[in-house]
Amino acid sequence: MTAKQSLPWIAGAALIALPFVYREPYHLHILILILIWSFAYTSWSMMGRFGLVSLGHGGFMGVGAYVTALLWNHLGVSPWIGIPIAMVAAAILAMIVAYPCFRFRITGHYFVLVTLALSGIVLQVITATRDYTGGSLGYTPDRTKGSQIWALQFDDKVTWYLIALGVWAAGLAIWKWVDRSMDRYALEAISEDEDAAAAAGVNVTWEKLKITVISALMTSLAGSLYSQYQMFISPDTVSGIAVSLQMVFAVIVGGLYVSLGPTVGAIITILLAETLRIGFGTKAVGWDNLVYGVLLVVFIIFLPKGILGSIIDRVKMARKA
Amino acid sequence: MTDIFDIYLLEAMVNGILLGGVLALLALGLNLIFGVIDVTWICYAELVMIGMYGMYYMVQAFGLPYYVAAPFTILLVAGLGALLHLLVIAPLLTAPPINQLLATGGVLFVLQSFATVAFGIDFRNLGIRMPVLKFAEMHFSYSRLLAFAAALIGMTLVYYFMKKTYVGTAIRAISQDRQIMALMGVDTRRIYLITSALGGALAGLAACLLVLQYDIHPFVGLSFGPITFLIVVLGGLGNFVGGFVAAFVFAEIISLGGLFSDLEWGYVLAFAFFIVMMFIRPAGLLARRS
Repeated sequence: MTAKQSLPWIAGAALIALPFVYREPYHLHILILILIWSFAYTSWSMMGRFGLVSLGHGGFMGVGAYVTALLWNHLGVSPWIGIPIAMVAAAILAMIVAYPCFRFRITGHYFVLVTLALSGIVLQVITATRDYTGGSLGYTPDRTKGSQIWALQFDDKVTWYLIALGVWAAGLAIWKWVDRSMDRYALEAISEDEDAAAAAGVNVTWEKLKITVISALMTSLAGSLYSQYQMFISPDTVSGIAVSLQMVFAVIVGGLYVSLGPTVGAIITILLAETLRIGFGTKAVGWDNLVYGVLLVVFIIFLPKGILGSIIDRVKMARKA
Repeated sequence: MTDIFDIYLLEAMVNGILLGGVLALLALGLNLIFGVIDVTWICYAELVMIGMYGMYYMVQAFGLPYYVAAPFTILLVAGLGALLHLLVIAPLLTAPPINQLLATGGVLFVLQSFATVAFGIDFRNLGIRMPVLKFAEMHFSYSRLLAFAAALIGMTLVYYFMKKTYVGTAIRAISQDRQIMALMGVDTRRIYLITSALGGALAGLAACLLVLQYDIHPFVGLSFGPITFLIVVLGGLGNFVGGFVAAFVFAEIISLGGLFSDLEWGYVLAFAFFIVMMFIRPAGLLARRS
């Protein structure tokens, strides 16, 4: 095993050991949020990297969060069963919207706007069914007394940290798995030129649908996890256009085409938001998003490959020279 | 009263038509930008929001009459549109379309949070009460009638501008063939700038009209922004007539859906209709299937 191969294992071991050495609750909380959102952003990039820019992922996240919480509160279904149900629901939703899009060659602007409609629908449905979901006031899963594995509720931040770490690592593993598969080449061909790919024998609709469903399943899981950890969800924090744009933004900042790009994006955006929140105090309302927005525009104009992507490019250039 | 043509149904239908006018105006602005520059302004509704704040401050803080403040607002938002083009779109003209779209998404964040920081998150309104028109037991607010009339006049003006003036002809020509027009001696940069200002002006006009019906807050754009995108896509991006028709179809669905249940269900129905239509007519309502 070379140094390069052993690096992920060493980093992984260090991350697992971290909460046993250092357990300051606020910092752990930030780390957990970073891990959960990193996973959500990675899920978005699964399809985003192949040119399938979706603004509907806020919808999948909302389905994940709300279906799990509603099943628990109203029917007493454990999140262990509720989360898979929510994931399947998100996947079905993804298929309903994505299949006609891919079948009828809806790409580019059109695809973005259709998926935008999807996150709009989920947001409106959550708001409209306020008798069950609490509408725009938000929703809280019923609490159990103390930590309960069955209810997937833990008082202890270390447990949550380890869960979030595991899911995040699984997300990266799925990325690597797609990276090594034949589907990756098919999807890259599709993102370059659909007609040429189809002529070369790639089943365009099927390939796109596969990656979309994988992405929706993962995003839904991220939504459920977020809900179980925060124990409070509202339509604005887990669904809608703002969340969808937030995902795209973080990924663009970090770097869309590298596996750790979304994670870097999550670290930067969450640390930025927290720093601004602490720095400005209550005056911070709006300032964090203002800085976000300006950065997003600046990044797209000057650094379209993101921070990590650009650094890796530089390193590669330097090695060649 | 169980008759299907009962008076409430009729009232909802007329209100739907009135709402359709303003939506058609918004759709026209977006279509213009898309048709000519090939860019979607995700932040279009946020330009309207800034215009609404402009109206609010001119009327409330400077005490200008409504009809004096309105032209200033239109100019203000037209300027914003031109600025948006110069600062964000122009450097990205050769970038992939998705990057342009996302950059305007960033502008959406900027405008929303700028409004939050500068104006606060309180709901405000102009405090102008328009009388209500009673007609055959039905009630229509004058603000909606005014909005409908002004939207129609605005659209007619744009139509004549496009058909009768040199610049308008150049704009239509560019939307047909981007490369050739530059060779024909048309300054595309200037045309793009004029189109952006025109799109902004339409957003400004919409702001003047919507400010009569909606409370103003930094996130007000979200209440009509998404629906505008759906209308534009349903009509076929860049298809002016399609957008016009789709605006009225959507407005009727929202209005009638709202009659039978909450307003949100009207929106849900409209969204669902949109997705179903994407199955049937993916290239837009009026497109011919190839």
